[in-house]
Amino acid sequence: MSKIQTIAQDAKEAAAKLGIAKFDIFGSTVDETSVQVNEGEPEQMKASQRSGVTVRVWNPAGPVGITSTTDVDRAGLELALKTAYEASAFGAKENIPDFSPEATTPIASHPAPTFEPSPVSKLLGTLARAEKELVDSHEAIAAVPYNGLAEKASERFYINSNGATRHEAHAISSVYLYTKAEEPDKKPRSGGAFRIAYKVDDLDIDGCIKEAAEKTISHLNYAKIETGKYRVVFSPEAILGLVGAFSNMFNAQSILDNQSLSTAESLGETIASPLLSINDDEHHPENLGASGFDGEGTPTRKVPLITNGVLTSFIHSAGTAKRMNTQPTGNASMGAKVGVSRNFLHLFAGEPATETYSLDTAENVILIDDLEALHAGVQSLQGSFSLPFNGWLVNKGVKTSVESATIAGDIRTVLKSIIYVEPKTEFTGSGVAPNVWVEGMSITGG
Amino acid sequence: MLATPLLITQELSNLTYSATPRCFDESWAAPLSTLLGLGRAAGADFVEFFLERVNFINCMAEDDAITSIAPRLSTGAGVRVFRGKADCYVSTNDLSFNGLRLALEKALGIIGLSLPGASAFIPEINLEMFRDYGKARGKEGWLAASTSMEQMGEVLLAANSALAKKASHVQSRKAAYFRDWQEVLVAGSDGTFARDIRLTQSVGYNLLCVDGDHRSSINQRIGNTSDPSFLQSWDYDQTADDVSESAGKMLYADFVESGTYPLVMANAFGGVIFHEACGHLLETTQIQRKTTPFEHKKGQKIAHENLTAWDEGLTKDAFGTIDMDDEGMPAQRTLLIENGILKNFISDRAGSMKTGHPRTGSGRRQGYTHAAASRMRNTYIAPGKFSNDDLFASIDNGLYCKKMGGGSVGPTGDFNFAVDEAYLIKNGKIDKPLKGATLIGTAVDMMQEISMSSQDLGLAAGFCGSVSGSVYVTVGQPHLKVNSMTVGGR
Repeated sequence: MSKIQTIAQDAKEAAAKLGIAKFDIFGSTVDETSVQVNEGEPEQMKASQRSGVTVRVWNPAGPVGITSTTDVDRAGLELALKTAYEASAFGAKENIPDFSPEATTPIASHPAPTFEPSPVSKLLGTLARAEKELVDSHEAIAAVPYNGLAEKASERFYINSNGATRHEAHAISSVYLYTKAEEPDKKPRSGGAFRIAYKVDDLDIDGCIKEAAEKTISHLNYAKIETGKYRVVFSPEAILGLVGAFSNMFNAQSILDNQSLSTAESLGETIASPLLSINDDEHHPENLGASGFDGEGTPTRKVPLITNGVLTSFIHSAGTAKRMNTQPTGNASMGAKVGVSRNFLHLFAGEPATETYSLDTAENVILIDDLEALHAGVQSLQGSFSLPFNGWLVNKGVKTSVESATIAGDIRTVLKSIIYVEPKTEFTGSGVAPNVWVEGMSITGG
Repeated sequence: MLATPLLITQELSNLTYSATPRCFDESWAAPLSTLLGLGRAAGADFVEFFLERVNFINCMAEDDAITSIAPRLSTGAGVRVFRGKADCYVSTNDLSFNGLRLALEKALGIIGLSLPGASAFIPEINLEMFRDYGKARGKEGWLAASTSMEQMGEVLLAANSALAKKASHVQSRKAAYFRDWQEVLVAGSDGTFARDIRLTQSVGYNLLCVDGDHRSSINQRIGNTSDPSFLQSWDYDQTADDVSESAGKMLYADFVESGTYPLVMANAFGGVIFHEACGHLLETTQIQRKTTPFEHKKGQKIAHENLTAWDEGLTKDAFGTIDMDDEGMPAQRTLLIENGILKNFISDRAGSMKTGHPRTGSGRRQGYTHAAASRMRNTYIAPGKFSNDDLFASIDNGLYCKKMGGGSVGPTGDFNFAVDEAYLIKNGKIDKPLKGATLIGTAVDMMQEISMSSQDLGLAAGFCGSVSGSVYVTVGQPHLKVNSMTVGGR
C-alpha cells in the first residue's frame, strides 16, 4: 500500500471512529537537498524530508473546520480530524466551502519523473566550479555571496470522503548565483541569474554563470540619473513581478472580500492597452513544475485574464465560482477560508502594434531588469507602488547602469500606458513574458 | 572503574527509550546522548539536535463574521553536524530513535562521514543537568491557559464592530489574531541540554477605506510573548482610534514629491529602518558572506556620535524576547554601537566558529526545518537628550515618517523602506499628509546622518525574514532626526 493510500485509509478509519462523515485532505511530502559554497568550500548543506497534511471537516450543521499537521501517522491524523471538528463549531456560517464539483473529473495522468538524488559531493563540486568560473570571469567580481544548488522531489495529493483521489509527483533542480563586485573608489555592485530544470544534469549552469557575469559587468559603469518622467522598458522578470503584486485584480476571492482593484462588474472592462494579453496558464510548456490539480482537487487550466486589454476572466476556487455563477479554475489552496492565487502568468502581445521600438535605436529610456522590495513598496489595495530597481539608462543600444533609483506609479495607469509589447518572450521562474514598454513613468534618481 | 558498560553500535537496535514526541523532558537525555556520541564517534567535531513541537492557531474576522480559524500542529527535529568549518543540517518529522538516527546518518554522509562499524564503541555524551526554562519560569500551563477558540471569535468580532463605529469610508475591515505555542529542546555534543516553551501572540487590524478614486489602507499590530490572556486584554478601542485616524488622514493625501529631505522618524516601529539597514549588517552571517561594510570596523566609529544601539532578548513581553536561543544559550544583552563606535556583532555558534566573534545568544530559526543563524531579537536605538519639539523645530522643509511599512537591504548594502503614513514638515510644524514615499540609501551613509535622538524610546513587534526563516523580533527607537535622505515618490 502506498503512503497516500495508507493516509487515506487511516483518515477514513479515524473519521469513522470520531463520527465524522464529511472530510477532505490535501497533503504533500518533500525530499530536498541543497548546498551553498563560499570560496570553494562547503558553506552549508541542508537536507529535509517532511510531510504535512491539511484536513477539513464539516460538522452536521454545515460549518467547516480545518487543521494542519505534520504528524501523518494514524494518531496524528486522528488528532487533526478531532481538532478540525472542534474548530468547525466556530467556522463561517455563510458561504461555507464545499467539495469542488470537479474534484473527481478525470485528468490526464502524467508519469512521475524518475528521481535519483545526486550525491552531495556532485552538487558541491558543480556549485564550487560555477562560483570559481564566475569570480574568474572578471577582475571586479570579488565574490558570489548568494549562491545555491538544490534538488527537490515532492508529491502532493488530495482525497475526500466522496471518493476523490488525486496524486502527482514532481522533481525539480535549481541553481542561483548572485555576485558582489568591487572596484577602487566605487560602490559595490551586484548581478545575478538562476536556472531551473528537472534534473541537476540538465541545469544550464554555464548559461547561469554567463548571465550573472554579464549583468554584473554591465552594472560596473554606473551613474546617477535625473529625477523625472521616462519611457521605461520592463524586463520579463520586472513586469511579471509588478503584475503579480497586483494580482488581486484577477482574484475572485479578493473581489468578494472587497480587497481588490476590481469588482464583480469589472469583467469586460478595458483595463490595459489593447497591446497586452495575459493568461494564467499552469500548463504552459515552460512551466516545469506544473500541477494537474489545485488544493481542492480541481483540475488546473489556462485562464485568459486580459485579452487585448480587456479583463476577460477571474481566477476561482470552487466556492467563489459558485458565488459568481461560474466554473472553478484550479487556483484554490485549501484553508479554513479557501485561498485563491495565480499559478503561472503568461504575458504576451495582444493586438498588433502600429509602432515598434528597439533598445538599439531608442534614446534615453530606462530598462528595468528587476524590481526590488515588492513586499514593501507595493500598496496592492491602493494600486500604487514605489520601488527601487536595478537597471540601465539606454541610449541607442549603449547601456549605463543606474546607480540607485526608484520607480513609482499606479498599476492601472501603467497597464494603460503600454506602448509596445515585444514579441519574444522569456521564462523567468514565475511566468513567461516579453519586454514591455511603458510611457511616462516617474523615476527618482539617487 | 566504569559507571556503566561501554555501548557498542551493534547493540543500538536492542535499545529501548521512553522518550516520546508528545513531551520534551529529561527522558530525552538517554537517546540524545547516544545519538550525539554516535555522531562524534563518526568523526564529527560537533553535533546538535533541535526538537520542536508547535501548536499554532490563527483566527480572522472580516467585517462582521469569523471567516477563518485554523489550528496547525507540527512536530519535527533537525540535526546539525560540523566538521571543520563546514556544516550540514538535516530535518525530519520522524522523532523516533530510528528516525533521528537516520537523519544523523544522512547528515554525516553529506559531510563525508559515516556511522561507525558494528563493533565500534559509542562515547555517549554526558549532558549537562537539564536546563528547563519551561518549568523554571512557570510556562508549563501557558497552552492550557491560552485563549479558547470561542473567546478569539468574541474578541475579534467586538473589535471589528468597534472599528466600524470609528472609521469612515470603510471598504473592508479585518481583525486577525494568532497564537504560536512552541516547545523546543536542544542537545549538543558539548553537553548542552535545555528546553524552553514560548508563547508568541499578535493581534491587529487591517483597514481599507475607499472614496471614489481615493484609497488608503492601514495595518497595525501589537504582540506579546508571555501572557496567555493577552488577547482578552487588548485595548482594541485605542487601536481602532489610531487606525481610523491614520486611514482617514491618508485617504486624501497627496503623493510625495521625490527628492532629498531631512526627516523626523517616529519612535517604535520607525526602528525598522535601523533593523534592516544596520542590524542585519552586524550579524556574523553577513561577515561570512562578506556582505557587510562593517566587517573590520569593530572599535571604530561607524555612526554619528549621537547614536547608541542595542540588541537583546531580555525585555519583558517584547516580541523578540527569549529565555534561550535555538542553540540552547541563554539570551544576552548585546551593545552594538555606543556613541557611534561599533562594539559588538550578533553571533550564533557557526558564526562564532567562522568569524571569531563570541556567541551572543542570537542563534535563532523559524523552526526545525531551518538551521540556526545569527539573528536579531529586540533591537533598538537608545533614547537621547532631545525633545520631539527640538527635532521638528530644526527642520524648515522635510518629511515626518509617522508609520513605516516594510523594507529590505540588498547585497550591496542599499536599503529601501516604504512609508505608510507621512507628513510634510513646514517651518518646524507638521503640515499636510503625504503618501507614496520610499526611503532610499545605504547603511554607511545613513548612520552618519542620524543627528538627534528624542527621549521617547518605543518598541514595536515585527517579523524578520532571513537565512533561517521568519522569526519574531522587536524594532525600536525614539523619535530621530535624519539630516538628509533620498525619498522616492512621484
